Order: sequence, then structure tokens, then C-alpha cells
Amino acid sequence: MAKQLYNQPSPLETRVVSKNFGIEGSETLDVYLANDGYKAFRKAKEMTPEAIIEEVKTSSLRGRGGAGFPTGLKWSFVPRTSPKPRVIVVNADESEPGTCKDRLLMEYDPHQMIEGILIAGLAVDAHVGYIYIRGEYRYLIDEMDRAIDEAYAKGYLGKNVAGTGFQFDLYTHSGAGAYECGEETALLDSIEGKRGIPRMKPPFPAVAGAWALPTLLNNVETFSAIPAIIRDGGAAFAALGTPKNGGTRLVCISGHVNKPGVYELPLGFPMMKAINEVAGGIPGGKKLKAVVPGGSSCPILRAEECDIPMDYDTLAKAGSMLGSGGMVVLDETTDMVRFALRIMKFYAHESCGWCIPCREGTTWLKKILQRFYEGQGRREDISMLGELSKNMLGRTFCALGDAAALPTISIVEKFTEDFEVYLARQEVLV
Amino acid sequence: MADIVKLTIDGKEIQAEKGKLLIEVARQNGIEVPSFCYHEDYTLQAACRMCLVEIEKTPKLQVGCTTPVAEGMVVRTDSDVVKKARKGMLEFLLTNHPLDCPVCDKGGECELQDMAFRYGAGESRFVERKHHVDEKQWSPVVYFDAPRCILCYRCVRVCNEGIGVGALGVSNRGVISEIVPNHDDHLECDECGACIDICPVGALTSGAYRYQTRPWEMEHVGTICTHCADGCKTTLGVRNDEIIRGNNRDRSGINNEFLCVKGRYAFDFTKHPERLQSPMMRTEKGYEPISWSKALEVVSGRFASVKARGGKFGVIGSNHTTNEENFFLAKFARQGLGTNNVDHHRTGDLATVFDALSGKTNALATTDDVYSAKAVLVVGADLAQQHPFLSFQARANFRHHNAHIYAVTTGPVREDNQAVASVRVQKGGEVAGVESLRDKLKAEGDLVIVFGDAVQGDALRKLVAFGDSLGIHVKYVCLVDYSNSRGAFDMGVLPHDGGLSREQMLAATDLDVLWVVGSNPLKHNPLASKQAFVVVQDLFMTETAKQADIVLPAASAYEKNGTVTNVCGEVQRLKQAIKVMGTKTDLEIFGQIAKEMGLHLGIWLPDKVFEEIRKTVHGYGVSPALLAMGPVPTMPLNGRVAALPGMIQSSGDTLFTSGSLTPYSEILNNVMEAPGSLYSGQGPGARG
Amino acid sequence: MTFSPQLEERFAKMLTRYPDGRTRSAVVPMLMYAQDEVGAVTRELIEEVARRCKVTPLQVDEVVGYYSMLHRKPQGKYHVQVCTNISCLLVGGEELYEHAKKKLGVGHKQTTADGQFSLEEVECMGACSWAPAVEINYDFHHFVTPEKLDQLIDGLRKAH
Ligand SMILES: Cc1cc2nc3c(=O)[nH]c(=O)nc-3n(C[C@H](O)[C@H](O)[C@H](O)COP(=O)(O)O)c2cc1C
Ligand code: SF4
Ligand code: FES
Repeated sequence: MAKQLYNQPSPLETRVVSKNFGIEGSETLDVYLANDGYKAFRKAKEMTPEAIIEEVKTSSLRGRGGAGFPTGLKWSFVPRTSPKPRVIVVNADESEPGTCKDRLLMEYDPHQMIEGILIAGLAVDAHVGYIYIRGEYRYLIDEMDRAIDEAYAKGYLGKNVAGTGFQFDLYTHSGAGAYECGEETALLDSIEGKRGIPRMKPPFPAVAGAWALPTLLNNVETFSAIPAIIRDGGAAFAALGTPKNGGTRLVCISGHVNKPGVYELPLGFPMMKAINEVAGGIPGGKKLKAVVPGGSSCPILRAEECDIPMDYDTLAKAGSMLGSGGMVVLDETTDMVRFALRIMKFYAHESCGWCIPCREGTTWLKKILQRFYEGQGRREDISMLGELSKNMLGRTFCALGDAAALPTISIVEKFTEDFEVYLARQEVLV
Repeated sequence: MADIVKLTIDGKEIQAEKGKLLIEVARQNGIEVPSFCYHEDYTLQAACRMCLVEIEKTPKLQVGCTTPVAEGMVVRTDSDVVKKARKGMLEFLLTNHPLDCPVCDKGGECELQDMAFRYGAGESRFVERKHHVDEKQWSPVVYFDAPRCILCYRCVRVCNEGIGVGALGVSNRGVISEIVPNHDDHLECDECGACIDICPVGALTSGAYRYQTRPWEMEHVGTICTHCADGCKTTLGVRNDEIIRGNNRDRSGINNEFLCVKGRYAFDFTKHPERLQSPMMRTEKGYEPISWSKALEVVSGRFASVKARGGKFGVIGSNHTTNEENFFLAKFARQGLGTNNVDHHRTGDLATVFDALSGKTNALATTDDVYSAKAVLVVGADLAQQHPFLSFQARANFRHHNAHIYAVTTGPVREDNQAVASVRVQKGGEVAGVESLRDKLKAEGDLVIVFGDAVQGDALRKLVAFGDSLGIHVKYVCLVDYSNSRGAFDMGVLPHDGGLSREQMLAATDLDVLWVVGSNPLKHNPLASKQAFVVVQDLFMTETAKQADIVLPAASAYEKNGTVTNVCGEVQRLKQAIKVMGTKTDLEIFGQIAKEMGLHLGIWLPDKVFEEIRKTVHGYGVSPALLAMGPVPTMPLNGRVAALPGMIQSSGDTLFTSGSLTPYSEILNNVMEAPGSLYSGQGPGARG
Repeated sequence: MTFSPQLEERFAKMLTRYPDGRTRSAVVPMLMYAQDEVGAVTRELIEEVARRCKVTPLQVDEVVGYYSMLHRKPQGKYHVQVCTNISCLLVGGEELYEHAKKKLGVGHKQTTADGQFSLEEVECMGACSWAPAVEINYDFHHFVTPEKLDQLIDGLRKAH
């Protein structure tokens, strides 16, 4: 019987990447093949690598891991003629608070991702790939291993993929609990058996990545979108979204909504419509207070800023990011001090400790927020939270520092009143 | 010639080699860029973020320690943004730092203190509780105080990359990240203390030094280590005629930031309770202290009478005394006593190598050659154990220049970790083993061959012939054991012209006088002659001193001026750090005996004797001015060298022993031996 | 040190997955699977993994300290992980965690006297849209209410 879905689909979705979700046996190769599985791979086999990459560029697909880097461009950086063998790494570390989509793609349609990986293999002439899956997803490692074994058994991995003579080996690799290992270069150190410490760039992974070999690294959803792009053409995919923001993406809606869930929406989909119609609006008829548009690392938006289409460029203009697709909805009752504290608790816990500003800054900010939350706040703390965050911003070794600073800055600046409430309450007590 | 780029830093037009690091270029042009984690010898970290600078057309501040300079770059290191950034970093850094400077050993010479003073905010806005962990002792000589640590990872790198041990790592993550030792709660390492020197703060402190004094209360005397033959500079911290610490933080010697456990800690023998502080004479009742004048009178009297009746002298010199002392002793024996029976414990076959290389120029390697040669071949020696600095040089060469390292040894050695090829042989099979590398070595640009006492006589001639046959430029290092073994040889403390060798003297039943200076020949050999009058100059009652008629308390190398010559023939100056009551330098003792005997052997002041050495000893015509500034290579190759009688054998000291001094250094006896795992061949610093 | 045949087979495969001479890459996954069988990352295990992956014990030790799922002390037979990160927080994650503390009578990273349960407040575990979420050992539970958590725990108590 079909795997039970964690949430009901919405009629407003455009299901391209998630089109097989809910189909009985969607995780098996046979069902995948019965639903246009490997059409794209066979097509790609007949194309030149350049053509494949062109097609991906045409689709204007942008990385779904968070940074939103144009995928086709990234692929074109990999020196496919280098004497060193190339490696493909799938980032399945999915650890950005608010994000829970890669899980579904591997659980319901593992073969779609595998096909995407194989097509990438053709494009950059790589013959081995590693799927780095966060340790907490052990059940998914098992599911992926099962899918991989099936693919080997039926000739869709190994010496002669789909009878085309193309060779490719694919393995899973377990993480062990570290958000930082989602950062691509820290992930590479982790896959090499080290502490997940980010690397200096250059050299970029495309040139010297895992084991110093040229490495193509993308997110689960990014790879999963490839088969559709090659099968139906990059233009068709691009057309689903808005200019320079091609296609659809899985939006993970959570927080104060009636129907939280993961929904596939085209880029440019109106944010308010997503909240009110796709996710069934805010419970108890409460008012919207704020939205975290793309995972905890993004600057938060006040309700009045949310009447916008969800695409990379619009969100950038709004001073935030589309990020990892983790959309967290906050109603009017939300205590922003507590919210900011929880976010900083996370970054302090996950800072790898390599560089001073992130290591010391996150913990300091956490302690200030904790004190504030416990009713020991001081007026000067409010401005200090902003200043200290800005002392981190753009000065840390990797983007984790920014990820901690940005939401904090936006919260103290946009929701100062919440902090004032605490100070007022304290005065009453005195 | 690498191509040059033009850039401006703080408005100053600067030319620099393309690709050079911005932080280096700035500093070379007198522009300060603060840093903690940056260290030119080790891998880049970009962790401390102190070196942030502003670069035109780049939105974010950039770290100077990893940014290569490029044409047209416009850099600001003094803008308000940059100043604010530094201030911010220091403020972050100090949040969890205990600020216990008043009780911190580093107080007064702490980089964090200096930075806070220069770039810091003054007051801190941090009012939360600091993260605390208790101080730990990792070994008899290494203590770690985590809260003071700023996580610059210098210690980790110097141990891993520099020393090749990898005894330090990082555990935990985030704000509780902590430097950890390689064996749970303790270190199993070389105990070299390089981590202590390189630590910018008081996180790593020395068990031998901690809480003893404040840096500014000491006088700092830079001299040469008196243990192995590598000739590392050690800076002795002295207070009231007592050596309190040895370190190498100013890195002004040939050894750069290197110093081993002996150079750093094993000065403690100078104040050992058994140190001789008065001349001793043997009586029926055992040894009795006597005055210097009495002692000199007895010795010179006996020397004179034996000389008068044409008796037989035997003179054994030292591997530790200065060139001046060795020179004066040889002269004393030949001219003063009229004997050629002069020798010392020879630990490497210098005679054969000098002879085999005679006529060649530039065939002897300096310590710097070991760092700069394209390839280094180690034959029959465990450098990490017996010549730790040469071992360090080879590793640095591998690290910085990707030099090819080869090892032909009887057992695993640390060099295996970097070696392109390691060959294991039976003792005696070394030169044959080298043959097996012929093709590889032929392909090298140039080569330094470092060999131990296993290679001597014919084997050594074969090795040199092999080197000649490679058709590339080959230089040699003939390993010898101690701080002035090389000098003893160069100064002619040798049985030339038919003199008796050390072994022959000891075996001669008709020896009338045995004069032993800073050596312990009777430890392993008996003295055959029953009537011999034995005079010993030494620091302690050694096995040899225990058989002497007169024992004269000598000053150690840390208590005298003069020069010594290291394993590579580089002459360096000793500087007197302390004076030990009751002792005299060997040179002074020679001079006064000569005076008593009415001999005219010249003035016995180090500088005067060195003048004579410069004029008369082959290859020692070095300029005193240069010498005052640092090491000066000698050029001893000069014609054929006659073969010498007697045997050559290294005493096989380890990193933790120093010949007869070993029992008198508590530290050396306390520290743990380096574990075998260091030699596993896949230890840290390994290739790839 | 030897492991169950299944684990030995897994490790044998693992060590061949990576490019030649890169056995160090197996360190993290090997520790993850081994700790499940051994119960914790013991000193002996660290040395064993170091031997198998051809690295120094220190290099393994560093890794153990870094990753939050690797633990040096044994946990309960059932390790209850309650997420309190933002998505869960908004829908009662913290209240759920407080409830779990009372229910089990232990706090963060503590184990019940009988060694059956251990509790941990964890970071986002990728169940945001089905919050609040709890992971017991490697099993996810979504939309967890205090009542549902009680049932889960009681069920497991009975199970053994
Ligand atoms: C702190 C940090 C955490 C990250 N975590 C993830 C993650 O869990 N999954 C992911 O795919 N990308 C993550 N990223 C983004 C990756 O660095 C990288 O940009 C991405 O995986 C590239 O794939 P894409 O181009 O397909 O998005 C993270 C980045 C940072 C700075
Ligand atoms: S101990 Fe010293 S050298 Fe090592 S990381 Fe800490 S501060 Fe740096
Ligand atoms: S010196 Fe540049 S980051 Fe430390």
C-alpha cells in the first residue's frame, strides 16, 4: 500500500518534483520506471555534456540547499576533463530549522534523485557519488541503501547503467549530528572523517573538494529536479516559475497554520496565499505577526512585509532570503524574545568553534537573550544585541555567523516592542 | 623571478611578489596587521579574524592572512571599519578569557595582553558568567589552562606539522572547544614544549617554570644548548645566578621555533645537589675537599715531574667543552707535556669523511641545507631521537618545499611519515640499502646525505663514491653526538702523529698520567695502568672521577663564554648565563696549571684563544663580527686526512638522555618516553 | 575488538567505498554504527576505529567530541529526543519537553535509574511541518501531544 503522507496535498500545488508522492510503491524502481523513470537519463545519454548543462541553465534552476546558486553555472565550473576523477556529493544534511523536504524526496522518490545524480554524472563525467545524510535520518539511510541496492540489482547503478555502458557507483554516508556539516566545505571535511570545520575558498569544491578531487555538490531537491528538467526541457521547467527563478520548490510550511505541511509551489507564488489558502490560514482567527521565509537563517519579515511573491529576487529586495524553503509562520501571540533566544540557542550549540566571532558571539548573544527572557534584561541590551550581531556579520569564517546574526538583527530592529514589554514588566515588579 | 604586482596599502604604493599573502606584504612594509592564528611556517587557519582589512571593491572585510596580493589592489588596514572590527574581535575573545593576568606566567609577554592594549576597547560589556574549566597537567612539563586558550591552533600545528608528533588536537565544538592531548588525559610525546613557546597566551605553561618568577624579573641570556650536536639556540632566563627557564620564543637561532626537551628544560643539572663545587683529593679516608691552590699545586707538580722523567701521559678531551678549551688542551698536551697521546670519545667518522671529500668544495651541508635541499637521505640514524633539530629541518623542508625524504635505517623512524621511500636494513647493510635507491636519487635536483656512526671507514668511502656516481650535487652531514664533538675534532684533540688513541691509553699498563677533561671513559673501560696519576675535570663525580687522584670542579657550558661547532660545522658563541660557586672553566684550569708549570702557552682568555684558532685551524678563519651576529659555517675540507687509530661509536643517546649528564637532570628523568606509535609510519604529517 | 557479523560486513564494505588510502573517511559512520552496538563510544572503541581506519586515536577522539550524536556514556535503551527548535517551539515543543522530563523523572542527557530511558532536548530534526516532533532512537513521531508521548513511553515500558 502507498506510504502514508505526513500531510494532505493541496489542490493549489504544482507537483513536478513531488509528482510521485503518494503513489503506491513510489519508492520502488518498478513504480518509478512506470512513471517516466529514466526517460530523462536515456535522453541525457544522447546529449553532449555541454547540452545537458545548457538545459539546466535554461531551466534557471537555483540551488535548493539555501544559497540559491544557479545550478547550471555550478555544473559548468567542474573541470570535466581534469586528469583527476570527479566526485558527486549530495547534501542530505537537511538541518536548517524549519526545513523538512529532502526527507520526503528520499522517502517517497529515491530513484528520482538517483536519476538526477546519474545525469549530473554524465554532465561532469563523474562515476562515483556519495549521499551525505544527517545521522538523525538513520531510517532514511536505510531506505536509500535499499533503493541503491535495488538499482544495482536491476542494472541502474554499477558497471552498465540502464544498459548504456555508463558506469556509476553510489553510496550513502552517515553524518553524526552537526548542523555545520550542511555547509558544503564542512561537509567535505566530515566526509573525509574529520571534524566538520569549513574550508577556505578558493579552492572551491568544484576544483578541489572531497579528497581534493573536483566535486559537484548539490542539495537533494536540486538533484531531484533534474530528471523533470531534462525530460520536459529546461524551458518548460523555467516557465513554471518567474524569470530567473525557474520551476517549483518544496515549501515547508510550519508554525501557526491550520494545515502545516510540505507543498510544492511554483516560484513566485504569493506568500499570503501560501499561508491562508495552501496552509489553511492561522488557527483561531489570530492575526499574522511575522514570517521566517526560508529557514531560521533568514531575516524575519513583519506581517506587513509578507504580501509578496516567493522568489529569490523579491525576497532579496525585501531584505531577506528564500533560503532552504522552510517557511515558519508566527501569529500575533508569539513572544519574539523567546523566539530570538531559541534561534540563538541553536546557533550557539551548532557553531563549530573554529573562528572567534562565531564561537564567542553566538554564546554571548544567547546569554544576553537568556537573561532578558528570565526578566533580567537591561535597556542597553537591546542595542547591544544588534551591535554584537553586526560585529559578527560578514566577519566570520563561514556563513553560520551570518545565519546567526541576520535573524537576530531583524528581530531586535523590527520587534523592539517585544523587548520593551519585558522591560516594562520588570519595572512593574520593582 | 616571480612577477611583481603594484598595490597600495593605507595609501602607500607597494610592490610585491604576486600571490604573496597580504599580511606578509603589509608587515614587510612596516604596516601592522594584528593576528593570532597566522604563523608563516604552518598551515593557514583564518580563525582568529584579527587580520581583517578593507579591500576596495570587495563588500566584506577580508582576512589578510589568506588573501594573496593582486595587481591594483587598494587596501586599508587603518580605517574606522577595520579598527572597529578588531575591537569587536578582541571583545569577543575576552568574553570567556579569565583575565587572570596578575597570576599568569605569560603576564608581561602575552600577545593577547599586548593586542588588548593596542587595539582593544578597554572596558568589556560582557556581564554574563564565563565558561570555566579547571587547569590540567598533561605531563611533568606541560600544563594546560583551557579558559585562557584563544584557540589559535598554533600548538596543534607546531606539534603536528613542525615536530611531526601530532600529540595535540581539538575536542568538543563551539564555545567549549578545547585543545586536548593525545592520550585521554595526558601527553605521550617528545615533551619538547614547542606548544608552550608558540602559545600566544598563558594557556600552555611549563611545569619547570610556572609560578617561579615574572618575565621582567629575569635576565635573558641567549646561548647554545649543551646537549646534542645540533647547536640550537636556547634563551636562558636567569635570576640571582640561577637558570629558571629555557625557551626560544624570539626564534633568533638557527633552530627557528624549534627546541627539544633537553634544550628547553635540561639546564637543571647546573643546580643539582651533587654538583662538584670544590676540588677533591683522594686520601685513605676517601675524597677530601682541598683548596684550588693546593689542587693546582699537586697537579702541576705531578705533571712536571712525570714530564721531567719522560713519563707517559694520556690526555682525553671533551665533547662538551668549548673550541677554545679543546684547542688549548691539545696545545697543552703537545707543546706543554710533549705528548701526542691526545684523544676524545669520537662519535662519528669525521676523519674519513673529510679525507674522502678532500678536494671538493661545498660538500658539507649546513643545517639550512637540510631545510632547502631538493632531497634528503637519512642513512643509519634515528634523527628524531638523536638529532631532533635536523629531523625538524627535514620535515620543514618537506612541508614548505615538498622535498623528497628518504630513509635507510634498521628500524622505523619518524622520517617514514614524509619519506617517498623507506628502506629497512640489517646493521651494516646501510650502504647496500642506499644502492637500492640509486635510480630515484639520480633524478633528484640535489641531495643532502645525513649518516650516522653505522657508516664509517670503508662503508663511508663507498657512500661517498655512491654520491659521486649520482651525477647530482651531493652534500653530507656526518652525525656526531654532542654539543662540541665537531669542535673537539676540528681543534685536534686527536692522536695524530703516532699518538695513542683513547682505548690505547686506557689499555697501556705503563701510563703515568691520565688527564680526563669533561669525559667519562672509565664508565665502560677499565684503566690498565696501576700507577697512573689520574686527574679529572668535571661537573659531577662520574665513574671516571671516582677513580681519580684529583678531581677539579669545572664550569658547564652555561657558565662560560667561548665558541662551539655544531654537527654541520657551524661555529656559534656561548654566553655565560650564571656562575656556580667553587667552579672554574676548563680553560681557566688549563691556564693556571700551565702557569704553575711555568709553561708559555699564551693567554687563556676565550677571545684571545679564538684569535689563534682563526689563524691556525683550517676553515676557522671566520670573522668575529659575523660570529657576533650568529652561526658561521667553517670550511674544514683541506687536503687528505691521515687515518686515526681507535674506535668510533655513538653513545646512542635518546631524546631523553644526554650521556653522563642524564642522571643529573631531574626533568629528563621525569618526562615520559616518546611512544612507539609516533613511528607507525602513518602518524600525523604523513604524506597525502 | 570484534562486532556482530552484520556490523563486520557493513564495516568491510564501508572501508572500500572511498578512494584508495582514504579509509579515514569511514571514521564517522563507523563510530555511529559501532556505538549503537557497543552502547557508547568507549576508549577501546576509539582505538579500534583508529586501527581500522588507519588514523591516530587522537584523530578519532577529536571527531567524537565534535558530533552531538556521538556519546561517551551509555544512553537508555530508548533514547527520547524532543525537538524544541522554532517550528516545534511555536506549537508546544518546549511544553512537551517539560512534560517528558516529569514523565521520565530525568533531565537533559540523563538516563532513568533502570537504564530504560534517556532524554535529550535536541535541535531541529527535520519534522518542522509535523511538529511537535519526537525521535525515539531512530523512529520519528509527529504531531506529538503530551498524551501521545505518555502512550509511547508506556508502550515501550511494557514492551520489555
Ligand atoms: C551553516 C550552513 C548550513 C547549511 N546546511 C545545509 C543543509 O543542511 N542542506 C543543504 O542542502 N545545504 C546547506 N547549506 C548550503 C550548502 O552550503 C550549499 O550551498 C548547498 O548544499 C549547495 O547545494 P545547492 O546549490 O543545490 O543548494 C548550508 C550552508 C550553511 C552556511
Ligand atoms: S593553547 Fe595556545 S596555541 Fe593552542 S590554540 Fe590555545 S591559544 Fe592557541
Ligand atoms: S590571522 Fe587571519 S584569521 Fe587569524
